[in-house]
Amino acid sequence: MIIGLFNDWVVVVLMMIGLYIVIAHGNLIKKLVGLSIFQTSVYIFYISMAKVEGGSAPILAESIKQFSNPLPHVLILTAIVVGIATTALGLALVVRIKEAYGSVEEEDIQHLDNQTQTESPKKVLEGDQA
Amino acid sequence: MISHLPVLQVIVPLMAAPLCLLLRRAQLVWLFALLASSLAFLISILLLQQVMTSGVISYELGGWEAPWGIEYRIDKLNAFLLLIITAISTVVLIAAQTSIEKEIPKEKHTLFYILYLLSLTGMLGIVSTGDAFNVFVFLEISSLSAYALIALGNDRRALWASYQYLIMGTIGATFILIGIGLMYQMTGTLNMEDLSQRLPQVAQTRTVFTAFVFVIVGVCLKLALFPLHLWLPNAYAYAPSIVTVFFAATATKVAIYLLIRFTFTVFGLSFSFTTLPLQGLFLTLGLAGIFVASSAAIYQKNVKHIFAYSSIAQVGYIIVGISTSTVMGLTATLLHLFNHALMKSAIFLALGAVVYRLGTIQLSSFHGLGRQMPLTMAAVTIGGLSLIGVPLTVGFVSKWYLLIALIEKGWWLVAILILLGSLLAVVYVWRIVEAAYFKEPLAGSMPVKEAPMLFLIPIWTLIIANIYFGLDTRLSVQVAQSAAQGLFGVSP
Repeated sequence: MIIGLFNDWVVVVLMMIGLYIVIAHGNLIKKLVGLSIFQTSVYIFYISMAKVEGGSAPILAESIKQFSNPLPHVLILTAIVVGIATTALGLALVVRIKEAYGSVEEEDIQHLDNQTQTESPKKVLEGDQA
Repeated sequence: MISHLPVLQVIVPLMAAPLCLLLRRAQLVWLFALLASSLAFLISILLLQQVMTSGVISYELGGWEAPWGIEYRIDKLNAFLLLIITAISTVVLIAAQTSIEKEIPKEKHTLFYILYLLSLTGMLGIVSTGDAFNVFVFLEISSLSAYALIALGNDRRALWASYQYLIMGTIGATFILIGIGLMYQMTGTLNMEDLSQRLPQVAQTRTVFTAFVFVIVGVCLKLALFPLHLWLPNAYAYAPSIVTVFFAATATKVAIYLLIRFTFTVFGLSFSFTTLPLQGLFLTLGLAGIFVASSAAIYQKNVKHIFAYSSIAQVGYIIVGISTSTVMGLTATLLHLFNHALMKSAIFLALGAVVYRLGTIQLSSFHGLGRQMPLTMAAVTIGGLSLIGVPLTVGFVSKWYLLIALIEKGWWLVAILILLGSLLAVVYVWRIVEAAYFKEPLAGSMPVKEAPMLFLIPIWTLIIANIYFGLDTRLSVQVAQSAAQGLFGVSP
């Protein structure tokens, strides 16, 4: 049971580590790291699912009789690209947040937001240092 | 040409997006984006006509046969959704250039239209495709451009809202990806039609249960079902006005489409509602959403926040409609998708006009606006009445159908609760009407003029549509009804 589903265990453990970091950490960069780990666990899930024991890469050759399922591998290539785009966009946002708020800690940002809400309804332009 | 319409629906905005870069001048780019969106609108009308007369259209991408290749499958439900999305997108784009001139720095205008078109592509793709993995790809196309669009807002809180949406949205999309993977593991297929035939054979396994839960939770995150709605209010409130209009009217609708598609088609009605307790869950969360979000809306100071919370409440009505799992309930749900898109886009567009003139959207700055911007505020009021569900507006039609569905089902208590929920809407709409018509302008505030024509034309087009479809319900009800019957496998 435990050994047979070894890959699934790895996936679940990684997934939980990732999700935990996203939820528990207040640092925006750490949250993105957690998100990446979470996504990576899904990549491993897809890749290990398609592996056939003793199978080789899907190449058309006489010596190769058994091969792994290439479809999930290709699917996950797309998901990896999506993951990179998400991380890049997230990091870009963190840079802008750092410029606008002067901090990358969730607590500080929420504190500053509460201040602006009570102070005045005047518009806060980006780039302002509070 | 006609036979390629399903793919052209997605390709036109997709190709138009990078072409915007070549045009450079903001005005030109705006006209070009408007042209692309109008073309998409035209295609969706043709598709709806074709589907209504000759049934489901199946298009094989690249000529690869269905279960192996990617299939685009347009039935009445898809065609209906495509029509809503493209129509709203086109009307909203008319006002886009005027609105973003005040809200977005000039050098970012071209980028704005590119992101807008990409987001539109993503939504159209989600709806057109019949392939589960393709759904994920298009979902991320539309979401990634959505995060960037929201971050364009000129308040720094827009950045924070966008970041939170990115985290929540990515978790949701990844959940959907896990669910799709588990389904593939059990059936070896990604095609939705094929999945719906193969899943019943393995329905009693734990893997399929898990797959179902992952997909449903992921989709519910995207559609902001209470209590997974936390990303929505700030994202809507601080995004540029045009972005708010577009997303409030379409983004949650697309997620609701996914929910309907997965529960009714892919997993099947009996699995979703009989084997699993989805009915009670949706009913409870839907009702809780209506009351919690409507009550929260009453206490907001930012008018965009009021209507953002009201959007969450409206999602509640839609979910209650789904939870009845009858043809009538689903008809009400689909009608409300259409009607809610009409009223919310009209309201948020009018709010965009207020931001254009005043530069702020706090409730206190609305004092006396009823006299200074009569046409804009009249639009907000009529949109608000529609939201409450007053007769002669579209809001009444969908609430009426929802009530009939609930009474048919014998759920009297739920029907009464729905009516009570509408009363809460009266309260928050009244607060705005009171501020605009019955309060004197604040001392020292500058007098403002009526909104420019490029705002008034789309706003009033939407308002007239609100009233027209409230009186003449033949088109919307007929399409919604036959789409619902299609999902239940009843031949119309």
